[in-house]
Amino acid sequence: MSDVIDEVIPQSLADRGVKPARPPKRRSKGGRVSRRVYVFLALAVVVSVFPLYYMFVIASAGATAVTSIPPRMYPGTQFFDVAAKVFDTVPFFASLMNSVFVSLTIAVVSAIMCAMAGFAFAKLQFPGRNLLFLIVLLTMTVPAQLSVIPQYLIVSGLDWVDTLQAIIVPGLASAFGIFWMRQHMATTVSDELIQSARIDGANSWQMFWAIAFPVVRPAAFVLGLITFTGVWNDFMWPFIVLKSPELFTVQIALKQLQANRTIDVALAMGGSFLATLPLLIVFFFVGRRMVSGIMDGAFKG
Amino acid sequence: MSTATATLSRKQRKDPVQKATRIRNPLSERIAPYAYVAPFFIIFLVFGLFPLIFTFYVSLFDWNPIGKQTFVGLRNFEQLFADGRFWNALLNTFGIFLISTIPQLLLALFLAHLLNHARLRWANFFRMALLVPYITSVAATAIVFAQIFDKNFGFINWVLGLFGLPSVNFLASNFGSWILISAMVMWRWFGYNTLLYLAGLQSMPREMFEAASVDGASSWQQFRHLTIPSLRPIIVFSVIMSTIGGLQIFTEPLLVAPESGLTCGAGRQCQTLSLFLYEQGFGLFKFGYGSAIGVVLFVIVVLVSLLNFFLSTRTRKAR
Repeated sequence: MSDVIDEVIPQSLADRGVKPARPPKRRSKGGRVSRRVYVFLALAVVVSVFPLYYMFVIASAGATAVTSIPPRMYPGTQFFDVAAKVFDTVPFFASLMNSVFVSLTIAVVSAIMCAMAGFAFAKLQFPGRNLLFLIVLLTMTVPAQLSVIPQYLIVSGLDWVDTLQAIIVPGLASAFGIFWMRQHMATTVSDELIQSARIDGANSWQMFWAIAFPVVRPAAFVLGLITFTGVWNDFMWPFIVLKSPELFTVQIALKQLQANRTIDVALAMGGSFLATLPLLIVFFFVGRRMVSGIMDGAFKG
Repeated sequence: MSTATATLSRKQRKDPVQKATRIRNPLSERIAPYAYVAPFFIIFLVFGLFPLIFTFYVSLFDWNPIGKQTFVGLRNFEQLFADGRFWNALLNTFGIFLISTIPQLLLALFLAHLLNHARLRWANFFRMALLVPYITSVAATAIVFAQIFDKNFGFINWVLGLFGLPSVNFLASNFGSWILISAMVMWRWFGYNTLLYLAGLQSMPREMFEAASVDGASSWQQFRHLTIPSLRPIIVFSVIMSTIGGLQIFTEPLLVAPESGLTCGAGRQCQTLSLFLYEQGFGLFKFGYGSAIGVVLFVIVVLVSLLNFFLSTRTRKAR
């Protein structure tokens, strides 16, 4: 059905477009944007932001807000009291630090690892290259989650249960990241530059650091951001391997806060808001690059 | 010898660089590419491929992590396919997938279409705002949505009340909890998918739309006959990613109904396959049975990927 449309429509447009000598109106699609468009987009923005806003409202409005009808819609003044309680109830500061440490380590190390592998796949010739890259592509679609039980057995065999490296080390291998960096290497690093460096006697290690990496650094940065966000928000694996509260990442601390949700909703909401705040701040400064990175990635994939 | 130099010099004329690579290529340089890809493959072997194969192995055992392991053949699978809880979890997973994916992708298409106006003002603001849910963690999302959909004091039930509708206890029924979990999934991903589609739209030649406008095609006609067909590969891609994401839904049902532990409701109303796997593996320490669930998940992923392959090759042919 849509195959038919695929074939018929562009053709018929071309047919009819050729006959009249009318120049295409520049303004047709680029004309004034109707007010309705803004209304719909504004609605979408409200929906996107509302849950976060609501977290803050409940966390700041005091104990009675949770059970008020109509629901309270504007924030109160007690946010800092609730925040202090969050830090008292669970080792929230340690959790924040654990999350920062784990996310930052994985983001930086994995971005460099992926850039190196992407460089090899895009710019170096070696036997088995295509087969190895095919394996990378195949691993992208298999969720690691389905083999959590053997993963746990391995981590426990290494005696890594209840350590942060149980999260960091498996998190470093990112098939998506290699795919991403390979695409950027292939499209932005010029072959001539690589070749002339080779003639000048540079080895591939020097070529990577002196030529390739500086060119793809913006892409590696965006990859790092996406990885950071993913690790910061990851729940299942840390929930399985971490046992002691002082090693919890911030998401697991939320689960702990929520354990007494029936008693104190504001506490869980305050914790949720605090757990999101660091990423919100980062996003405020580099969100534009993240947006263009995601759109860029979509286009290449 | 002389022929060798002859071929070399011919090559040299054709491609001087090739010669340079040939000549100075010490062993270290030939090994280097493997060294660059090795970190990924070593970690992938230990924490990715090996566990995947090991899942099949463990699924053939009655495997207690602190007790002993007895080989039971396919008995875990027989038991699984006769287990009502498994079919319930499978049904929930697909129910949530359907309710969350279809409206979400339609909404994303529609919003991408709006965002693609060339003269849209505040375009960057809109794009960034739509990505805010993506940076919010699933855990935080589940906690706030549990409150928004609360049976007594939630925002949604208050709105329903304004229209004279009775309050809904979303977590009480399968269908209700599907809606609640789907709402979370939709909220987190609709902006991300909007950006994917917008990227696809922007890679299309603007002249195509202009020609359509000149010919008097309405906005809806352009959307229906130009936007959707040209975005088909990217739509197929996002549906596949949503399916694979849908199979992994775990945190939402775990945190949305904290009172009921690992079952997401006394009647397992919103227990997904992943949560069922966790419950069997880490709640009840039945590693063999849990791995059997993992194997079933793997089979579903393979089927979905094959479907993806089939659909995308067909799309390419259609062009």
